[in-house]
Amino acid sequence: MTFIKKTLASSIAIAATSMMAATAQAEISDGEIRIGYLADMSGTYRDLAGPGGLEALEMAIEDFGGSVDGAPIEVMSADDRNSADVGANTVRGWIDQDNVDLVAGMVASSVTIAVTNVLEDNDKLGIVSGSAASSITNEHCTPNHIHWVYDTYPLANGTAKAVVDQGGDTWFMLTADYAFGHALESDVEKVVTDNGGTIVDRIRHPFPTEDFSSYILQAQGSGAKIVGLANAGADTVNAINTASQFGLVQGGQQLAGLLVFLNDVYAMGLETTQGLLLTTGWYWNMDDESREWAERYYERVGRMPTMVQAGIYSSTMHYLEAVEATGSDDAQTVRSYMMEQPIEDFFARNGRIREDGRMVHDMYLAEVKSPADSTHEWDLYEILATIPAEEAYRPLSESDCKLVND
Amino acid sequence: MTMIFGVPVAVFMGQLMLGLINGAFYALLSLGLAVIFGLLKIVNFAHGAMYMLGAFATLLGMQYLGIGYWAALLLAPLVVGALGMVIERLLLRRIGHLDHLYGLLLTFGLALIFEGSLVNVFGVSGARYPTPEALQGGLQLGFMFLPTYRAWVLVAALVVCLGTWYVIERTRLGAYLRAGTENPALMQAFGVNVPQLITLTYGFGVALAAFAGVLAAPLYPVSPTMGSNLLIVVFAVVVIGGMGSILGAVLTGLGMGLIEGLTKVYYPEAANTVIFLVMILVLMLRPAGLFGKEA
Repeated sequence: MTFIKKTLASSIAIAATSMMAATAQAEISDGEIRIGYLADMSGTYRDLAGPGGLEALEMAIEDFGGSVDGAPIEVMSADDRNSADVGANTVRGWIDQDNVDLVAGMVASSVTIAVTNVLEDNDKLGIVSGSAASSITNEHCTPNHIHWVYDTYPLANGTAKAVVDQGGDTWFMLTADYAFGHALESDVEKVVTDNGGTIVDRIRHPFPTEDFSSYILQAQGSGAKIVGLANAGADTVNAINTASQFGLVQGGQQLAGLLVFLNDVYAMGLETTQGLLLTTGWYWNMDDESREWAERYYERVGRMPTMVQAGIYSSTMHYLEAVEATGSDDAQTVRSYMMEQPIEDFFARNGRIREDGRMVHDMYLAEVKSPADSTHEWDLYEILATIPAEEAYRPLSESDCKLVND
Repeated sequence: MTMIFGVPVAVFMGQLMLGLINGAFYALLSLGLAVIFGLLKIVNFAHGAMYMLGAFATLLGMQYLGIGYWAALLLAPLVVGALGMVIERLLLRRIGHLDHLYGLLLTFGLALIFEGSLVNVFGVSGARYPTPEALQGGLQLGFMFLPTYRAWVLVAALVVCLGTWYVIERTRLGAYLRAGTENPALMQAFGVNVPQLITLTYGFGVALAAFAGVLAAPLYPVSPTMGSNLLIVVFAVVVIGGMGSILGAVLTGLGMGLIEGLTKVYYPEAANTVIFLVMILVLMLRPAGLFGKEA
């Protein structure tokens, strides 16, 4: 397997270098490391990555010293407005005109899939920190990107399994009607039925939806014990708020939020979200190392970092270390070095990059604290369990990725 | 259990109720738009932003000045309405003699500015506004559990809509307004200060949007983008009702809420598009809208 992977990687590298005869492999192109940060800077997903993620990226560069072997590190950023077209065109421009070496950030899954195609065509590197769809390293995998923080597979595996284990065996699914929602729903359905539960009914709501009252009413009428939310961002927030107004939990049902970010919980408040189970790739208050970094971040930004923002710092560091070690910013050289190195920092535990580009690391099952248990405004989660890296993600034996030959 | 088209009666009734409540929101917002368009001929794309500012005024008033919900219900529309009057006086009046398109572009630009500046400060996740104490809890109606606050929204919105309709269509002030827009020169000759009347009308229309914003604050996260999401739907409602028709705006608002509510039961995937389908149908069959007069 490694042999095939390496021949594949090197054949692509050779093809790339022969096309661009001037590019020497063990050198830093134009004497500069150029990183493009692409994210939703103004829309629904702004607060989970957005300007805060750019700040994390810049923090990593400062901590690294601002240059690699005398080659300065340059950052440019753009708003993808959650549009695949805008994202792909921006990245094309970055590569053609600005010689960008690495694209970081990347949030909406649809944008990411479009951008990674551009990266593959031009043999540049991308590190995806914000996206959820597990297909990014499955059927949409490329030798030119790495998926860092989390994906829908561990979300389903962590939260849904824990809920079924606690006796929540009948589910009503409320799903965002687009690729990400469908992927999450089917991952959840598999976990629920594999563990002896059933999906009673499902509703696919338009993306985005402001008013969830009708769907919540239908969920109440379904008699299911668990209402699973296969959506994200503002949709999840609206659904949870509405459920609280309609007394869903008081009526004996329980909510399972499958993709909930720290900023969502913060925005909704503990009164509404207490007791919610969720899976996260990282939590700022999970140990001393995380806390120390998070507090430095807090001083710069004024908010505690989400797992995505922390992941951007962690992945940028890992990238810069690889550039320094190999003395090159060539995508394949750097990527293979990154894959050889285990990842162990404030963010990732037992982390490693698999051949499909998935960075697997320990994931955490968390519960939202009650207002009484919370000691300050960002004291939001209680970590209940650790999901070991090798169990959390889709096993390579089930992979449809073209880079995995089993 | 008795069923209606494969749905239990209780669920069906519950959905109708929710549709009516959403419809009341649409009615309140499209009413403001219809007043402004009907009397001033301005296509007010800043309406969503004004709704959002109403909600923000409520939230910030509570956070920084300790103003409660009931006071905000009065103060937020006043403050935002005053802002509207300033906008009318300083900006809209200067382009009043130009094509409608300029007013549309100007108000759209203003909306982007308000939204963008607030996104910069507050982000987009939105903040929670607590439900006022007197309206917490809910009513068990038998067929559904209706949160008290939503019942209040329905009542408040309907009262304000009917009041507005009454003032414009049945009082002397309303008659001045209608006459002032029909033939401003003649009204001025009668000694009525028409420019002032127009400023006040714009302020009032905007205040209606802000009022809807206050009502929405405890229901939805207060976020800078809350208005732009709603505005397009509200414009569709106004087009269906007939641009400028006041009663048309109110009735269409309620009707569209109901249709949307039923779509959410029978085919939820289409819930966001059904209003636009109705709009296309109406435009094909009655281009002036259901309640509009043929030009």
